[in-house]
Amino acid sequence: MQRELFEPKIIGFFCNWCSYRAADGAGTARMKYPPNVRVVRLMCSGRADPAFVLKAFARGADGVMIAGCHPGECHYIEQNYKTMRRYAMLKQLLPAFGISPRRLRLVWASAAEAAQLAQIIEEMVEDVRTLGPLNWKANLAEESGHLDALERIYVEHRQQVEVAS
Amino acid sequence: MSEKGKLAIYWAASCGGCEISILAINEKLLDVAGAFDIVFCPCIVDTKVRDVEKMPDASIDVCLFNGAIRTSEQEYMARLLRQKSKVLVAFGACAQEGGIPGQANLHNRQQIFETVYNTTPDGSGTPSTDNPQRHVPMPELRVNGFHLTLPVFYDTVRTLAQTVPVDYFLPGCPPEAPRIWEAIVAILEGKLPPAGAVIGPKTTCCDECPRTRGEKKIKKFRRIWEVNPDPDTCLLEQGLICCGPATRAGCGARCPQVNSPCIGCYGPNEGVEDQGARLVAALASVIDSSDPQEIERIIQEGIPDPVGMFYRFSLAGSLLRRAALVPDELRHELPRPRPAGAATARSAS
Repeated sequence: MQRELFEPKIIGFFCNWCSYRAADGAGTARMKYPPNVRVVRLMCSGRADPAFVLKAFARGADGVMIAGCHPGECHYIEQNYKTMRRYAMLKQLLPAFGISPRRLRLVWASAAEAAQLAQIIEEMVEDVRTLGPLNWKANLAEESGHLDALERIYVEHRQQVEVAS
Repeated sequence: MSEKGKLAIYWAASCGGCEISILAINEKLLDVAGAFDIVFCPCIVDTKVRDVEKMPDASIDVCLFNGAIRTSEQEYMARLLRQKSKVLVAFGACAQEGGIPGQANLHNRQQIFETVYNTTPDGSGTPSTDNPQRHVPMPELRVNGFHLTLPVFYDTVRTLAQTVPVDYFLPGCPPEAPRIWEAIVAILEGKLPPAGAVIGPKTTCCDECPRTRGEKKIKKFRRIWEVNPDPDTCLLEQGLICCGPATRAGCGARCPQVNSPCIGCYGPNEGVEDQGARLVAALASVIDSSDPQEIERIIQEGIPDPVGMFYRFSLAGSLLRRAALVPDELRHELPRPRPAGAATARSAS
């Protein structure tokens, strides 16, 4: 039985001034790249709060891509350097949660680099495909035994209350 | 007040420190006793669960519930007290954010039982455990016609609000006595914030910290034994990892005042969903380097345990809530769909 190829969901946080335009340019130029990245446009990659990344994983993303202007070319002077540092810290944090750091990528793409961005997106999609689904919600499901145990307490206590009264 | 209110205090996965902090309101306890009858509190009054079960629904005016939820018995008590209480307060860090017990979410039940109950022949288990038969608690057992039961231990520690609806939160490990008293006064006077709110300040620990703050630029993170901190300058500026910038005010910055960095027990400040993520954002931005390799080195050397550092009290209440049951690096052992035509080495052998 051949199962369907896993299509990863990747959330992209792209900066308005460079990488979002690069992605836009790739579309205008009719370049082909996988549709797995859902892009969220931010004014700056520095706005990509680490909480956005964790929230994306918690809510079902298999990968997250942050894209911004090249270092030194930030529209807001040096905010992409902060992104660079936060990214490095997230890379240290994610393995502690059992999440492969390969699920998170930081990409520098100027508005002119549509082809490069399309290629990196393709690389990341293939890489996350080999990692498989993250399916974070499955980690939070207790095995069915815990509801039986809770029900048992209800039954036992109901009997006790009836005996006592 | 013609008739006394009814107060319940309960503990789930907690240490008992919250009860002690209630005692720390000192002589004001008399005012509490004047206003409330304590109808249920296993720590100080001899009342049984059965007594609570017999009470009409919503007959307890206020229930201060401390501790996280990690067993079926605790979940039962949370549901019971929710049903019987008009106002349910998640009291303390464990009930609010999982607290220290929430650190168990880095592991699962099997791993925890292995550590706690098993003496391993190679000595890799717990040295103080004498359990050669490797007995592990079982939730159900039938012996000589008797049916014995124990609560089920969950894989994942949960906060109170992840278990039942909660009206108010009182953060802290433990909550500071003046904040407890303010909350009690607010309850008595009916001047409560909108339901779902944290009772306490909205800003960060830094706002209460008397140290002087300048521009932060850090080349190296330090642990507390590595430096003799200057008593007047911001600890973070001295390279010590202080959780103040992402931690709610309310404690009066007690730790920084005695040269000890904030460890984040008051949970995230208002509007912050994930304390650890906020700390990542705050600490990363003060690293004084623009070279990716140097940044990586500073982080690896300075923050060996990022979850323990950033989520010490808030792991269970964080966005991810726990570490993966099957980490990515072990996933290759799971069966996975292969693209058509891929080599099937295993089937050939």
